[in-house]
Amino acid sequence: MAAMFSQNPLMNGPNYSVNDAPRVNAPEGAREHRFDPYTDNGGSTLAIAGAEFAVMAGDTRLTSGYSINSRHHPKLFKIGGTTADQKDATIVLSVVGFAADGEALKEKLDAVCKMYRHRHGKPMSVKACAQRLSTILYQKRFFPYYAHAILGGLDEEGKGAVYSYDPVGSYEREQCRAGGAAASLIMPFLDNQVNFKNQHIPNSGEGHALQERERRPLTRNEVEVLVKDAFDGAVERHIEVGDGLQMMVITKDGIEEVLLPLKKD
Amino acid sequence: MDHRPQAWGRPRDDVYGAYDASYLQTNGPKTATQSPIVTGTSVIAIKFKDGVVMAADNLASYGSLARFTDVKRLRPFLSTSIVGFGGDVSDMQFLDRHLNELAIDEAYEHESTATTDTDSPSKTGQLNAANLHKYLSKLMYRRRSDFDPLWNQVLVAGFDAHAKPFLASVDLRGTTFTSPSLATGFGAMLAQPIMRRFAATEEDAAALTREQAVDVVKECMKVLFYRDARSLDRYSIAVVTKDGVELSEDEQLEKQSWAFAERIRGYGTQVV
Amino acid sequence: MPGFDFSNYNRNAALHARGVPLPKATSTGTTIVGCIYEGGVVIAADTRATSGPIVADKNCEKLHYIAPNIWCAGAGTAADTEFTTALISSQLELHSLSTGRKPRVVTCMTMLKQHLFRYQGHIGAYLVVAGVDPTGTHLFTVHAHGSTDKLPYVTMGSGSLAAMSVFETQWKPSLTQDEAVKLCADAIEAGIWNDLGSGSNVDVAIITGDKTTLRRNYIRPNERTQKLKSYAFPKGTTAVLNEKIIRKAELGNFVSVHELTEESGDKMEVDT
Repeated sequence: MAAMFSQNPLMNGPNYSVNDAPRVNAPEGAREHRFDPYTDNGGSTLAIAGAEFAVMAGDTRLTSGYSINSRHHPKLFKIGGTTADQKDATIVLSVVGFAADGEALKEKLDAVCKMYRHRHGKPMSVKACAQRLSTILYQKRFFPYYAHAILGGLDEEGKGAVYSYDPVGSYEREQCRAGGAAASLIMPFLDNQVNFKNQHIPNSGEGHALQERERRPLTRNEVEVLVKDAFDGAVERHIEVGDGLQMMVITKDGIEEVLLPLKKD
Repeated sequence: MDHRPQAWGRPRDDVYGAYDASYLQTNGPKTATQSPIVTGTSVIAIKFKDGVVMAADNLASYGSLARFTDVKRLRPFLSTSIVGFGGDVSDMQFLDRHLNELAIDEAYEHESTATTDTDSPSKTGQLNAANLHKYLSKLMYRRRSDFDPLWNQVLVAGFDAHAKPFLASVDLRGTTFTSPSLATGFGAMLAQPIMRRFAATEEDAAALTREQAVDVVKECMKVLFYRDARSLDRYSIAVVTKDGVELSEDEQLEKQSWAFAERIRGYGTQVV
Repeated sequence: MPGFDFSNYNRNAALHARGVPLPKATSTGTTIVGCIYEGGVVIAADTRATSGPIVADKNCEKLHYIAPNIWCAGAGTAADTEFTTALISSQLELHSLSTGRKPRVVTCMTMLKQHLFRYQGHIGAYLVVAGVDPTGTHLFTVHAHGSTDKLPYVTMGSGSLAAMSVFETQWKPSLTQDEAVKLCADAIEAGIWNDLGSGSNVDVAIITGDKTTLRRNYIRPNERTQKLKSYAFPKGTTAVLNEKIIRKAELGNFVSVHELTEESGDKMEVDT
C-alpha cells in the first residue's frame, strides 16, 4: 500500500479502473484467468401496446467488442406456432443482451408453448405465456439468462399487451418498454411520446393546477412512426445499434413483419 | 524446513507462508479447457452463387511459438458440409472425433444407395450444414453452461434444407450468427472488411462466381499472413457446392509483395 | 512549476482505493490513416468521438494543425491528442522563429516522441504525423509510449485493421494525388463501416511542398435520416410552477452593481 501513496505518480504503474484493481483477498498471481460464460452482443429492442395491436421492434446488429458479427441477426421471434416457420403464431418474444442465452430462452419458451398446444388443444394466451416466461427465467435464478426479454401479443379482450422482464423473471404488463443497449436513450422519449409524461395542456390552469395532457391510445401508424424515429435517434448516439430495424405488428389478423434499413456506421 | 512429522517435506509456513490451497480445486465443477494452449488463428469463409468457399492456414501456435505447421483446420462432414475451427486445437480434435462418430452413425442410419434425389448433395434425411450447425451450437452452449467450454470459434458451411448456400458461426459461449461472409479471430477485423466489399448482402453474395469468391478468399489469406503474427503462408481452402466438397490442404500463398520493404530506412530520423 | 499539476494525486489515489472509479475520458475508438504519394502526403480521419458506447461527437476534427506544412491525425484520448499537438505546435513555432527556418517533420516527430516517452504512456495520444519540408515528404506514426514508425502507408486507432486491409490490398508504390486521396478515404470508410469505434464522415488533408489543403468532411456517407414527425411542443406544454421577474432597477437588491462611466478608466482593452 505504500506505493499507492508514493509522491511520484510515475512509479505507481498504470492507473487502474475499478474493474482492473487488484483484488485485496486474492493471493498474488492466483487465478488470474477464469472462463466468463457471458458476453454482451449489444443491440436494442422496443415494444408498444396499442388499443387493438402491439408493435415489437429491434435492430438487427450483432456485435462483440468493437466488431460487427452480423448485420442481420433478428432479435424478434414468433412463439408457439404449429409449424417451423411459425406462420400461425400469435405471440412475439424479443430478447436482447447475451445472444446465446436469448436464443436458448426463445427455444425453451417456444417448446413450452408447443407442448401446451398439444396438451390442451388450443394456443397459449399471452397472459399464460407471460407467466410461464417469468417462471423459466426464475428457474435459472443463480445462473441467469443474461437477457432483457419483452413479450408482446393480444390479450383475451383483443387489446395489445406488452410484458417486460428483468433477467431473473420479475415482470410487469406495460404500455411500452425499451430494452438493451440504448434503452436509457429510448425510454425517456417513449415516456414523453406514448404516455405524454411532462406534457400539459397549455393555458389550462396556473402552476400545479395546470392539467396534464390526457393519455389516448395511439394509432398503429403513429406507433410505427415513433418506433422508426426512436431507433434513428438511438443509431445516432449508440455505437452498438444499427444496420436494420425489424418490426412486428401483432393484430387479430396475425403478425406482420417489416424490415427497414438503419445507418450502418 | 519444518521438521514436525505432520509437515515433513513441505516448506515452513512461518518462512514461506501457508500453502495456497486455491490452486487445488477440491470442489466445484470438473473443467477441461480453462484457457486455450495450442491454438489456430483465423478461419474465413464467403458465400457465392452456388456454394461457399472457406479457408484457414495450417499453423497451430503454442503461445507465440509456431509449433505445428501442418495442422488441417478444415474438416469435411459427410462430404456435404465443411467445418472450420479456430481456437484450441485439442478441443478441435475432440470435436472432430465427435463429428466423425456422428457422420458414421448418419451413414448407417441413411443408406446412401436408397437415394433418388440427385440434385441435393445431402442424401435424403442426412444432416445438412444447417442441421450440423444447430447440433454444434447446442453442444457448445451446453458445454459453456457446464463451465466446461470447448475453446473454439467454428464456421460451418454447406447447404440448408432449401438447398441454398449456408454459412454460420458458433463460438465457445454458444453464440451463433450468420452473414454472407464470416471470419473468426483476427480475420474478423482484417478479412471481414475485404469480404464485405464483395458480399455486403445476401444478394451481392448470390451474384459472385466461384472464381471471384476463391480470389477474394485468397487475397484475404494474404493480408492475414502480412498482418497476423500467428499466421502461416501455407493454408487449406475448401469449396462446397452441390457436387460436394473440394478440399485442398496444402496451398501456398502466391504473389506476395514485400518490395516496399527495401525503401524503408529506420523508424525515425535515420536516412541510411 | 511547469507541466502537470499533481496536487490532487494523493486524494484521488485514496478515493480510488475506496472504489471510486476514474472519470471516463472521451474517444478511444478512431480510424486514422496516412499515405505518401509522388509529390506529397495525404492523411485522413473519421469524425466520431465516443465515450464508452455513446457517441460523444458525431463530427469532431481529428486532423490537427502543427505547422503550415505539418499536420497530425490523432487517436486515443481526445484531450491528450489535442493538448499534445497544440503544445508541440507552439514549441515548433517558437523554434522556427528562433532559427528562421521552416519546421521539419522529423523535429516534430522527435519532440512528440520525447514528450510522450517522458510520460510513459499515461498521455494516451496515438498520432499519425505527416508533412513536407525542405528535406522531403515524411510520414510517421507515434505511439503513446513514445515509439515511432516510418512507413509509406500507416493506420492507427480501433479501426486500424479495417483500414489496413484496404492498404494491403490496394496500395502500390507509385500513386498520383487523386489515387492517394481515394485510397485514404476508402481506408477510413472501411473503418467507418466495420469498426464500431469509428463513424460519420471522412476528413482529408493533402500536404504538398506548396500548400496544405484541408478537405473537411470530404465524404459524408452518414447524413442523419429525416425524422418522420415533428416533435415541436405547443407553447405552454411545460408546467411553470413559479414565475419571478427581476427588473434591472431591482438588480441592486441581489448583487452589488457598479455603474461604469466613459472616463472611469476600467474599460476592457479590445482590439478595434
